[in-house]
Amino acid sequence: MTLNLEPNMSDPDGFYEALLKAHEGLSDRESVELNARLVLVLANQIGDPDTLADAIEAAK
Amino acid sequence: MTLQDRYPVALRLYPYRRSGDQDAATPVRHPVVIAGGGPTGLAAALDLGRKGHRVVVLDDHEGVGLGSRAICFSKRTLEIAHRLGPGPGMLERGVIWQKGRVFRERDEIYSFDLLPEEGHRYPAFINLSQVQFEKFLFEAIEHARGEGAEIEIRGGNRVDAIEARLDDIGIEVMTPEGAYNLEADWLIACDGARSPVRNMLGLGFKGRVFEDNFLIADVRMTADFPTERWFWFEPWFRSGDSALLHKQPDDIWRIDFQIGWDIDREKELKEENILARVDAMLGEGVEYELVWSSIYTFQCRRMERFRHGRVLFAGDSAHQVSPYGARGANSGVQDAENLAWKLDLVLRGLAPETLLDSYDAERVQAADENILNSTRSTDFLTPKSEISRAFRDAVLTLAARHSFARPLVNSGRLSVPCTYGGLPGFGPDRLGQPARSRPGAPAPDAPVNDGYLLDLLGGEFTLLGLCLDVPEASQVDGISVAGLALDDASVGDTLRERYLGEAPSAAYLVRPDQHVLARWPELDPDGVRTAIRNAVGKGGE
Ligand SMILES: Cc1cc2nc3c(=O)[nH]c(=O)nc-3n(C[C@H](O)[C@H](O)[C@H](O)COP(=O)(O)OP(=O)(O)OC[C@H]3O[C@@H](n4cnc5c(N)ncnc54)[C@H](O)[C@@H]3O)c2cc1C
Repeated sequence: MTLNLEPNMSDPDGFYEALLKAHEGLSDRESVELNARLVLVLANQIGDPDTLADAIEAAK
Repeated sequence: MTLQDRYPVALRLYPYRRSGDQDAATPVRHPVVIAGGGPTGLAAALDLGRKGHRVVVLDDHEGVGLGSRAICFSKRTLEIAHRLGPGPGMLERGVIWQKGRVFRERDEIYSFDLLPEEGHRYPAFINLSQVQFEKFLFEAIEHARGEGAEIEIRGGNRVDAIEARLDDIGIEVMTPEGAYNLEADWLIACDGARSPVRNMLGLGFKGRVFEDNFLIADVRMTADFPTERWFWFEPWFRSGDSALLHKQPDDIWRIDFQIGWDIDREKELKEENILARVDAMLGEGVEYELVWSSIYTFQCRRMERFRHGRVLFAGDSAHQVSPYGARGANSGVQDAENLAWKLDLVLRGLAPETLLDSYDAERVQAADENILNSTRSTDFLTPKSEISRAFRDAVLTLAARHSFARPLVNSGRLSVPCTYGGLPGFGPDRLGQPARSRPGAPAPDAPVNDGYLLDLLGGEFTLLGLCLDVPEASQVDGISVAGLALDDASVGDTLRERYLGEAPSAAYLVRPDQHVLARWPELDPDGVRTAIRNAVGKGGE
């Protein structure tokens, strides 16, 4: 599996709204923790170690 | 209270004139009174007047207000204006555009094309000042009057009080010569975001205020920037947290700066401070003239219901959005169009009053869609927490490097008409595809012979036969249904793709507002009758 850096979300605005909503009312620390958990959940969905390594590079 | 202008008037199109109603012994009764002569009120008056109804428009000013408000008018609005007359004139006068570019600092990070296909009479958007737009509608009303339409615009007539009764509405009107009373069967409240009529009925208007100020300036200059919408996040010229540049006719450019929440309004509105921001943006030595400027804060809100008995709310009085998306005036004109044909049938006794509840249901759905899009854009523009800002910055940074993040960049999602979904009164969909022309959708335009499909639809229900024959004209319970049969030779590739897809033939039933009502692979006369009865609120009968 190669890392897909082309648009792939069917509803980008909806996702973005849901993301902000999940953070609503959280303290900075709680937000950092939510993001950490979210990264781990999404990483599990990807699974493949090479793809994950590429994703980490892309985000840096 | 006497009459006073709340804003300067740019064009005194309808100066106060004494009306016979002011000297009547008892209040004169009118079938339709419209409060407010903005884009929404004028469009509603024109549509209803052309359908043969007597309409009185009351506006507390004597013409169009001066100032920078709407500039972007959408394809759907132009299509409606085409049916009503002034579409071609607007198109000729306006600046046509469809592309937008988004920058961060100096770098382009995203671009969009709002109409990446051919085969439409009207472009995605034109830019035209709201003053000119309203003037076009006013002239169309004058033209319709010349042809016998009974539309009367009473300038310097302020609605001061209303009494909503079971069978009519009592209206108290203030003029420069004092007060008088009117009665109306129906009152359409198009009196803007601060709607006095809404307040008179004690109705709420709930929603969100965005904590940011926007400085809007219109400048006159000759420049050769393309006719695209240019938007900057964190612009290199630092005149605001974001900035927008957009061309209007007559060498006028609209400039918006996002200038923050805690500002000194008076100070920011000083000409020298505005010029400093514009100078920084345009660079040294560019000659320009400041034509208009103002500071706005934006809100997204709507009334819970748009119909209250005999009072119908339309336009900004019913719903308000931030301008990033150009969904204000455009949706007001679409409200007017949705309401006009329904009120027409009710006034003529061809549909029950409950048909007007579908105006409420459909336009509430449209307003929610507009508010959703406008809220998302405004949240992206003005992040309301550290974490929202972090995500915003992440999107902007990644968008410069990777295409996947570009669709997340949100500088405004521009107005498209609502496809009514999941509401009663539509269907059946026996054809099943193509998706874009399903029941509820605004009928897509397409070339037909030497013209366009939408020229041939509208005003009344139309039964469209594609590669099949339909009766030229028919009636369902007194409601006329126009027939339009296009044979194989007239159905070109574009029309085929947009309406037939895989099917060899189809019958489409289209509402007077050019939204698709139902469709079948073959002609189904019983189906047509049932669909029309459903559409006009007589489904249970
Ligand atoms: C900076 C800015 C940019 C915008 N850009 C766009 C854009 O690009 N595209 C877009 O579609 N929209 C845009 N909008 C929104 C657009 O201007 C409004 O949505 C539009 O004016 C609404 O029209 P309306 O007829 O419903 O109300 P209004 O235009 O507000 O008209 C209401 C009328 O009612 C009259 N009235 C008020 N009270 C009374 C009374 N008591 N009696 C009689 N008459 C009364 C008023 O004088 C006025 O004439 C923008 C708005 C702003 C502020």
